[in-house]
Amino acid sequence: MNQDYDAAIIGAGVVGCAIARRLTLDGARVVVLEKGADILDGASKANSAILHTGFDAPEGSLELACVQEGYREYEALHAQMNLPLDRCGALVLAWTDEQEARLPALIAQAQANAVTDVELLSRDRVLTLEPNLNPALRAGFRVPRESLIDPWSAPHGYLLQALLNGAELRRSCEVTGGSFDGSQWTLTTSQGPVSAGRVVNAAGNYGDLIDKMLLGRTDFRIRPRKGQFLVYDKTAAALARHILLPVPTDKTKGIVVCRTIWGNLLVGPTAEDQDDRVTASLEEATLRMLEQKGAEILPALAGEEITTIYAGLRPACEFKDYQIREHAENMITVGAIRSTGLSAALGIAAHVGRMIGATAPLASPAVPRMAMLAEERTRDWQLAGNEGMLCHCERVTLREAKAALTGPLAPHSFAGFKRRTRAAMGRCQGFYCGQAVQGLLDKAGADRG
Amino acid sequence: MADVDVIIVGAGPAGLSAATELKRLGVARVLVLDREAAAGGIPRHCLHSPYGMREWHRVMFGPAYARRLTDEAQAAGAEIRCRTTVTALRPGGKVEVSTPDGLQVLQGRAVLLATGARETSRAARLVGGTKPGGVMNTATLQGFAAFADHLPFRRPVIVGTELVSFSAMITCLTHGARPVAMIDAGPGPTARAIMTLAPRMLGIPLRFGTKIAAIHGRSRVDGITVEAPEGPQDIACDGVVFTGGFRPENALLRTSALQVDPGSLGPSIDQYGRLSDPAYFAAGNVLHAIETAGWCWDEGRKVARTIDAALHGALPPRAEVGIRTEGAAIKYALPQVISPVGETPPAFDRMQLRLTRPYSGDVGIGGTSHRIDSRPERRILLPLPLSGQGA
Ligand SMILES: Cc1cc2nc3c(=O)[nH]c(=O)nc-3n(C[C@H](O)[C@H](O)[C@H](O)COP(=O)(O)OP(=O)(O)OC[C@H]3O[C@@H](n4cnc5c(N)ncnc54)[C@H](O)[C@@H]3O)c2cc1C
Ligand SMILES: Cc1cc2nc3c(=O)[nH]c(=O)nc-3n(C[C@H](O)[C@H](O)[C@H](O)COP(=O)(O)OP(=O)(O)OC[C@H]3O[C@@H](n4cnc5c(N)ncnc54)[C@H](O)[C@@H]3O)c2cc1C
Repeated sequence: MNQDYDAAIIGAGVVGCAIARRLTLDGARVVVLEKGADILDGASKANSAILHTGFDAPEGSLELACVQEGYREYEALHAQMNLPLDRCGALVLAWTDEQEARLPALIAQAQANAVTDVELLSRDRVLTLEPNLNPALRAGFRVPRESLIDPWSAPHGYLLQALLNGAELRRSCEVTGGSFDGSQWTLTTSQGPVSAGRVVNAAGNYGDLIDKMLLGRTDFRIRPRKGQFLVYDKTAAALARHILLPVPTDKTKGIVVCRTIWGNLLVGPTAEDQDDRVTASLEEATLRMLEQKGAEILPALAGEEITTIYAGLRPACEFKDYQIREHAENMITVGAIRSTGLSAALGIAAHVGRMIGATAPLASPAVPRMAMLAEERTRDWQLAGNEGMLCHCERVTLREAKAALTGPLAPHSFAGFKRRTRAAMGRCQGFYCGQAVQGLLDKAGADRG
Repeated sequence: MADVDVIIVGAGPAGLSAATELKRLGVARVLVLDREAAAGGIPRHCLHSPYGMREWHRVMFGPAYARRLTDEAQAAGAEIRCRTTVTALRPGGKVEVSTPDGLQVLQGRAVLLATGARETSRAARLVGGTKPGGVMNTATLQGFAAFADHLPFRRPVIVGTELVSFSAMITCLTHGARPVAMIDAGPGPTARAIMTLAPRMLGIPLRFGTKIAAIHGRSRVDGITVEAPEGPQDIACDGVVFTGGFRPENALLRTSALQVDPGSLGPSIDQYGRLSDPAYFAAGNVLHAIETAGWCWDEGRKVARTIDAALHGALPPRAEVGIRTEGAAIKYALPQVISPVGETPPAFDRMQLRLTRPYSGDVGIGGTSHRIDSRPERRILLPLPLSGQGA
């Protein structure tokens, strides 16, 4: 285990996973250190799953560049890796005079950001596109390339590709300190020392603390921004085709109503600053507000059943843009990837890859094929040999579950298993399958959380 | 061409009793489909009594009861296919099923929906806090007891005081867990007061007017906050069981063209148990969350008789006009539609009513008035005006 690595990546969120892939493909020996029992248990466990075009990102920002590069690379690789891409498009909706007055500026910004296919739509055009929308709306514009993806199969795919091509992953491995001797880092971790030529700090909501711990300084201070969501049952997904966005404010993209690729409909997120970096707690009053908000946008939502509720923490800081920089101590900080990290991850990774420089790019790297869980595609339950259904609500088969439990990225927690398969994530929330799923994990020794 | 005469979706008490009765009536091909690994429905998971009183005048435990229903249906000649999930209901009695061998489409001359009911999850109740393990519904708890023989906690709080809440309490006690409290937001128990004797005798605190506000804990529950009459309070516990708040398992219905009653959330039926598409029928808890197994069993038998009549062309056509319910306290009234009266006796010869809030006073049905004094989650039976006027 005391092998030397070219790069040690701290944190297996979507950003760390994408960087692990990039550096591995560039020829580096990579180790990923994640303190959670499983990967994607920080900011990346809860987001809106939108692949953004960057139409509303600040002009000239690093964020914009990374989002757009990330978008292009995702588009190029999703088919090979069997990752979903639902090109449903977004509608930015104005509900007041004030919001309507801002639409031209937003369209101009989209144009400036090279998102040139946006079009202003009258109220009637919007209602023809989305007949279930509240007719009280004023106007809107369409951003055709805003898309939906699977927020978990994508990062799992990135990291799995790294692992298949020689990278290593250590879970339940917390970095607790480290020293740099002028050429080599020695990190102390809960699993013993790890040496590497370079450290990449991709620690999400802990980015500033890792900088302080390893460098004795930090250029930014994380203050997590919580977002709470409601998820509605499958029948609600028929109510909207597009991602329905409000006119954004300075602080947040606002409350979105959109489908998920699994065929549910979500309403959220809120934007609530907090000091706690660990707990994203849900509040009933806020959830009721979201419920009401959702029904204002799509009145028919009022009769739909809520399948689940969740909250995530965005790694926000005092600056609006990403905090990505190289330090003299052979360390790169990739911090404050606040609200677009899922879209930008591959672009951020490419950016970091260029900072380091490719040593010996792999000629023909192995490419994993991920399990396809998108509702509109053929699923395993429709195919022969699926071994029967384990989870009825999300229609997860035993064959899918068993496949998820094998391989170098098999889950190490119940939550991790759910993210890979969606088992027990549906409307009954385990009423029918909860015990069966736990039994399967216990048998496989997969729940170490 | 039909593959079978009757397809029954769900092998719980309602589906199995219907299968047995259909065979007894001489229907040739009766096929029962269930997505679980074994037939029996909810009782299969219930290591407690009472089951079987109405059916066989004896008190049985759930698993033995489930086995007896299954054996009877098989002995009568019904075919039961497990691990077979119905994934879509198409017009005219055509159902799409997922099996370990992939997708199939089956055509029945008639289809009976007996998919039962489930409890309302923590998420659908919008309970705040964190999302640790150890939060579940009664049925999951029963699953742990029945199939794993251990529970994932030792000191849970039980939320709710319906009948099923007391089943949850007993399951905890017989499997090494001791509930720290039973709480209910309402002013008194939802189930009849006599049910509260057991927790009182066992010294398990019953707290009314007490609403769960938040769940705490990272990977496991370490406590909850409640809003109580005295103000907010923390209760230390290592699990939360959300009991009751049953709702029909209606996912299939809602993605079909069949009419759903927004009050009951189950299908809209006439007095024959027939849906808006006359190839479809329903019985059991999919109609009314929730009744006892015996009640569902009885409905299964009765609807089997109207299905048999339908197969012989002996049912009058289904009426289009529904019963209109007026009044804030009425959650739903079953059946939702009254079809013309014919030779065949109705499967539903009384109106089943449920309330949204406690109500004491008169209910008018058509021209007549009936006095009721009841509360939510209680069955209210009133005469059905079979001449067809509104209620
Ligand atoms: C509510 C919400 C909605 C969002 N919607 C979208 C969207 O629609 N589209 C989009 O593109 N983006 C969206 N985002 C943003 C996106 O989710 C984030 O930008 C992204 O997840 C950040 O990933 P990360 O890898 O930087 O951080 P994280 O996922 O937090 O990863 C950091 C990891 O580092 C680990 N770690 C920390 N300290 C240590 C240590 N000492 N040792 C070892 N490991 C450590 C943590 O455990 C964690 O797993 C949303 C975010 C939120 C919260
Ligand atoms: C925890 C608990 C304790 C209880 N205790 C008692 C008690 O002590 N005494 C009592 O009398 N009653 C009790 N009940 C109530 C009793 O179990 C129910 O009334 C009875 O089981 C209802 O019968 P059913 O046939 O309507 O539905 P269920 O028993 O729920 O059966 C429905 C069946 O349909 C199947 N199904 C659903 N959807 C599909 C699909 N798409 N494809 C294929 N199959 C499908 C399910 O797998 C299930 O097997 C209890 C209920 C619970 C939850």
